Amino acid sequence: MESIKDGEQKKILLQGNEAIVAGALAAGCRFFAGYPITPASEISEILSVKLPQLGGTFIQMEDEIASMGAVIGASLAGVKAMTATSGPGFSLIQENLGYGCIAEVPCVIVDVMRGGPSTGLPTSPSQGDVQMARWGTHGDHPIIVLAVSSVADCFSVTIKAFNLSEKYRIPVIILSDEVVAHTRESVTLPESDQIRIFDRVKPDVPPEWYKPYADNNRGVPDMAAFGDGYRHHVTGLVHDEKGFPTQDAQEIDKFLRRIHSKISKGFQDIQITKTHLMEDAEVCVIAYGSVARSALRAVRDARKLGVKAGLVQLVTLFPFPRKSVDTYLRQCRVAIVPEMNMGQMSREIGRINQAGCRIVKHNRIDGQLITPEEILKHLTTV
Amino acid sequence: MKSDARYEIRFSGSGGQGIITAAVVMADGVGAYDNKHVCQTQSYGPEARGGKSKAEVVISGSPIDYPKALRVDLLLAMTQAACDAYFSDIKSDGLLVVDGGLVKQLPTSRSVSIPFTRIAREKIGRELVANMVALGAVGYLCGQVSLDGLEQALLSRVPKGTEQMNSEALHAGIEEARKINLDLLPKSVLSEWEDEL
Repeated sequence: MESIKDGEQKKILLQGNEAIVAGALAAGCRFFAGYPITPASEISEILSVKLPQLGGTFIQMEDEIASMGAVIGASLAGVKAMTATSGPGFSLIQENLGYGCIAEVPCVIVDVMRGGPSTGLPTSPSQGDVQMARWGTHGDHPIIVLAVSSVADCFSVTIKAFNLSEKYRIPVIILSDEVVAHTRESVTLPESDQIRIFDRVKPDVPPEWYKPYADNNRGVPDMAAFGDGYRHHVTGLVHDEKGFPTQDAQEIDKFLRRIHSKISKGFQDIQITKTHLMEDAEVCVIAYGSVARSALRAVRDARKLGVKAGLVQLVTLFPFPRKSVDTYLRQCRVAIVPEMNMGQMSREIGRINQAGCRIVKHNRIDGQLITPEEILKHLTTV
Repeated sequence: MKSDARYEIRFSGSGGQGIITAAVVMADGVGAYDNKHVCQTQSYGPEARGGKSKAEVVISGSPIDYPKALRVDLLLAMTQAACDAYFSDIKSDGLLVVDGGLVKQLPTSRSVSIPFTRIAREKIGRELVANMVALGAVGYLCGQVSLDGLEQALLSRVPKGTEQMNSEALHAGIEEARKINLDLLPKSVLSEWEDEL
C-alpha cells in the first residue's frame, strides 16, 4: 500500500479490498462510516488509518443502518462518502438506501458477497446478493450496480462508481465477492494524472434563486452542499423542485419519472461490458465477478479444443446492459451463464432473449468458486 | 517457463500455523520484487485457530485468468490432514513438501520431509516461525523466486521487531532445502507399479 502514496510506476502486490480503498481515495472519497464484517473488514481497517492522514473522516458506527445514514449526511455536506459491508450488513443498508435514491445523494456502497442467507458462510464466496442490490430497498427506484472480478478491476471500477454517483446523483453499489476481495495480485496502478475524476455539479445561481430539485437538460439537478449558504430542504418524501413534500399528482409523476430517466439517458455511459474472443464466437459464456475469471480460462481451453467460444463479462449488472447482451445472444446459438447463486442474472438474460439463443444455467451454491473445468464441460457438450 | 505456463504452489495446514502469511510473502516476493504475474488466494474457516487452512500462489509470465490452482506443482503440507486432503491435486511431476515432525505417513516417495516446526522451536526459539522456515524451503525448492526478493518481501510484511527472528527462520529453511538433491527423487508422485499398470 505504501507504494501507492509515492506514485511509483512499479508493480505492487494488492488485495482486492486494498485496491477498492486505493480506488476510493483516488476518486476523492474522504468519508467512510461502517461496521466491520468478513469478508469486507479490510476496507474499514485500512481506511481507518488512511482517511485521517488525508484530512478525511472514518467512523465505526453502531450498525449498518446508521452507517448508511452517516454516509448520506456526509455526502449532503459535500464530501464523497462510502461504506462497505457484506450480506447481513447489506440487508440493513437497504433501509436508508432508498433515501439516497429519492433525495438523489451520491454515495458508494461496497457489498463483498459471502454465502447466505442470514449469517450463512462468512468466509466463503457467493453471488447471492445480485437481485437484492437491484431491488433490496422498497419502492420503484433507480440504482446502479457494478461488479468487480480482479484486483485491477477493484481499483478502476471503484473510481467509475464514484464518478457515476457524482454525475447522476445516485447511490452506486459495487458487488465484490470473497474471492475477489481476498485475492492478492501484482498490479500497476495508474498515476493520478491518468485518472479521470468527475465531481458533482454545483449551482452557479445566487442562493435565493436555487431550486435543489429543478430539472435541467441533464435531468440531474445541481447540488449545493450543506453549509455553502444554499439553504434547502431534503426529505425522503416525494418532493417538489424546492425539496418540500408534495401531493400534487403531476409533480409526483414528473419527479419520479425524472429520477428514472436520468439513468436511462446515461445508458451509454453506465452500461459496461467487456468481451474476450467474441468476434467469431458461436457459443458464449456470460459471467461477472470472480466467476468471469474461471470463464475466461474455460473459453481459452475450449478454443484449444476447436470450440468457437467467447466470453461476455458484465461489469454493469444494473441497469442491465440489454443492448450489448442482446447482440451476443443473436450471434451465438448457446449462452452459458455460470453463477454462484441459483440463477439471479440468468433470469435477466432470459428476460431479454428474443433471438431464441439457448440459455444454459450453471449454478454452484456450496461456497466454492466455479472452476474452469465445470464451464468447459458445458462448452464442449452444448 | 513458457510465457503462458503456470507454476502453482499450495500452502496447507491448520488455522494459526501462518499458512496464509507464508503464501502472501511468497506472492509479494514473486510479484513485487521479481516482476512476474502472480495471484494469491486463500480459503479458511471462521475459526482463528484450528480448522483447515489453505493458500495458493499462481505464478505466470503472462496475466493470470483463473486465480486458483488447477494442478499443483508444489504442495506444502504442515499437517497430516492437509497432506491427505490435497495430495491428489499434485501434478505427476509435482513435488510434495511436508513438515517431517507432523506428517508421518507420506503418500509418495517424491517428497521432501523437513521438520519445520522442530527447527523453528530448537534453532530459532519460537514455534511461531515454522511457517517462515517452511517458506524458505519452498522458495528454494520451487526455483520460482529470487531468494533476495523473498527476504525483502518478508521484511516488509512481518511486524516490526520480529524481522530478525523471521529472517533467521527463512534462512534456516533455505539451508535445510539446500541439502536436498531433487534429482535423487523418483520422477513421478505416482508409485512405480502404478506406472506399469
